[in-house]
Amino acid sequence: MAENFEQHSDVSATDLARLTQEAQAEATPSTAKIIWSEFKADKPAMAALFIIVGFILFVMIGALFINTPKMMETNIMAYFNQPFTADFWLGADSGGRSVAKQLIVGSRNSIGIAIGLTIISSTFGICWGLISGYFNGYIDWGMQRVYDFMMMLPMTMMIIVLVTIIPHYNSVTLTLIFSIFYWEGTSRLIRSRTLAESEKDYVAASKTSGTSNWKIIFREIMPNISSLIIVDCTLSFAENIGVETGLSYLGFGLPAQTPSLGTMIANANDPNNITQYWWTWLPAALEIIILCLSISYIGQVLRRAADASQRQGAAD
Amino acid sequence: MWKTILRRILIMIPEVIILSILVFLLAKAMPGDPFTGSINPKADPQQIHHLMKINGLYDPWYQQYWHWVVHLFHGNLGNSYQYQEPVTRLISGRAANTLWLALFTMILTYAFALPMGVYAGRHEGKLPDTIIRFYTYVTYCIPFFVILVLGIWIFGYVFGWFPTTGSISSSASGWLSTIGSRFYHILLPGILGALFGTVNIVQYLRSEVIDAKSSDYVRTARSKGVPSKDIYRHHIFRNSLLPIAAFAGYSITGLLNGSIFTETVFSYPGMGLLFVNSISYRDYTVITALVLIYGILNLLGTLLSDIILSIVDPRIRIE
Repeated sequence: MAENFEQHSDVSATDLARLTQEAQAEATPSTAKIIWSEFKADKPAMAALFIIVGFILFVMIGALFINTPKMMETNIMAYFNQPFTADFWLGADSGGRSVAKQLIVGSRNSIGIAIGLTIISSTFGICWGLISGYFNGYIDWGMQRVYDFMMMLPMTMMIIVLVTIIPHYNSVTLTLIFSIFYWEGTSRLIRSRTLAESEKDYVAASKTSGTSNWKIIFREIMPNISSLIIVDCTLSFAENIGVETGLSYLGFGLPAQTPSLGTMIANANDPNNITQYWWTWLPAALEIIILCLSISYIGQVLRRAADASQRQGAAD
Repeated sequence: MWKTILRRILIMIPEVIILSILVFLLAKAMPGDPFTGSINPKADPQQIHHLMKINGLYDPWYQQYWHWVVHLFHGNLGNSYQYQEPVTRLISGRAANTLWLALFTMILTYAFALPMGVYAGRHEGKLPDTIIRFYTYVTYCIPFFVILVLGIWIFGYVFGWFPTTGSISSSASGWLSTIGSRFYHILLPGILGALFGTVNIVQYLRSEVIDAKSSDYVRTARSKGVPSKDIYRHHIFRNSLLPIAAFAGYSITGLLNGSIFTETVFSYPGMGLLFVNSISYRDYTVITALVLIYGILNLLGTLLSDIILSIVDPRIRIE
């Protein structure tokens, strides 16, 4: 291409290289670059990002070194051991089990389920929203009725009923049950954006030149709303942490022998625990608050990066 | 206008029917039966078999469903197996508790959210706005049950300002002290629910006020010399009030779904706590009735909001 260009033009190779460089410098920076400069401009966001990534890595790796069945054995000698001692950094619960170790394994389980739930429900919600928004008419009408029906269901109750029906459930089945109910917010958002997007000229042009519908949806419209998708996934990740922990708190999430942040907070249901033995549940509660705040703060920064008028970072 | 409402109601009917079938089947699919262990641990299996038979639990599901629907239209939801009491009476006693709490929370939510929304919109981009936006962001992303647990710990146990269980104290006698005691019991869950449920209203009202600030009618009022305070109070606020009222329907549905957590944390005898208890006793009749009631209330809440919104905003109306 470049050689061909040289034959027909009097621009020298060095000039061409310089012009290319200038053009690249002036071009709109890539999404990744914009997001990165936005994070660099916002120190709290940077801190939140490090907290989240560091913490997730810590619990994922740390949990590998903990033998869960052994940890969950009752040890009567350590009954409500005080916190800040050599063996029990955060004390022990009514079964003499180390709170610190349970916290690490529990965070791994809760975060893992939240990540799985976010991936499954967002993928489904995005596809649903894209298809429903792109094919107007009967398909959209039918999909909207299904959506309305799902919105009517009392979510928490339905999940509890389903959890009691399934005899031997584990974290995977639990994630799937949650996913049945948590795609609606995403699908609604994506649908309304797709409706606006499919009226645009590039879609009409693509249609007239004979591109297949699926290619238009997934190769042309979806990349164009990718920033919205990234923001929505981050915010629903923060929300999904509350989903599993909430159900486990009620006693309908992970089984009792599998620690989760929610089952640890459920220790607070005992009036003795909540006042005297605060270390059995307070760390888990504070951890959830910090996790949710940091993740949705990152989501806010991503949202700002996606909206050119709100950017703070020097994106030039 | 009427067409829109009628159409919405017509769409609701099949939804309710499908929900009732779904709920009925799910309750049937739950493991265990309501009799084993509940009468007497040593009960004869033959006797349980007989009880299951006279209660119609061996019939095909569509026959059982049909019986259930026929009884439903006679206002009979069956007997609770656990409490040995008609479900309708059992639930109506609990429903009042849940609805009072929801109503109180909603009134408080509006009381907190309306001034905040107007104030944030009025001082857009300045310090109060930043503080209010930070507040809504924090309250939005923390899971509500964590707040309830922390709230009952701090204000219920550590300071001991509020009761931590029940809906009325056992020593209350006379109507005045009964009402007082009831109110005292919903105070803490109500305040917590309101403080952490303002996000939607504040954000909506804020953007409404910001839009209205640059609109023609506000400029006209300003050039007439109406004081700034009156413009906000009489012009802008009154204009944004109706769409804000539309949020009431949605917030009722949100509060009902949250009631399972609120009532469990505060051991408050409402429908949510009844549901959690019934699940562990496999009390089918109560479970089906509660899920159906919550589903229908969800529908009515959304319908209410949609109707108000379609009155306010003609673009929403279906042609």
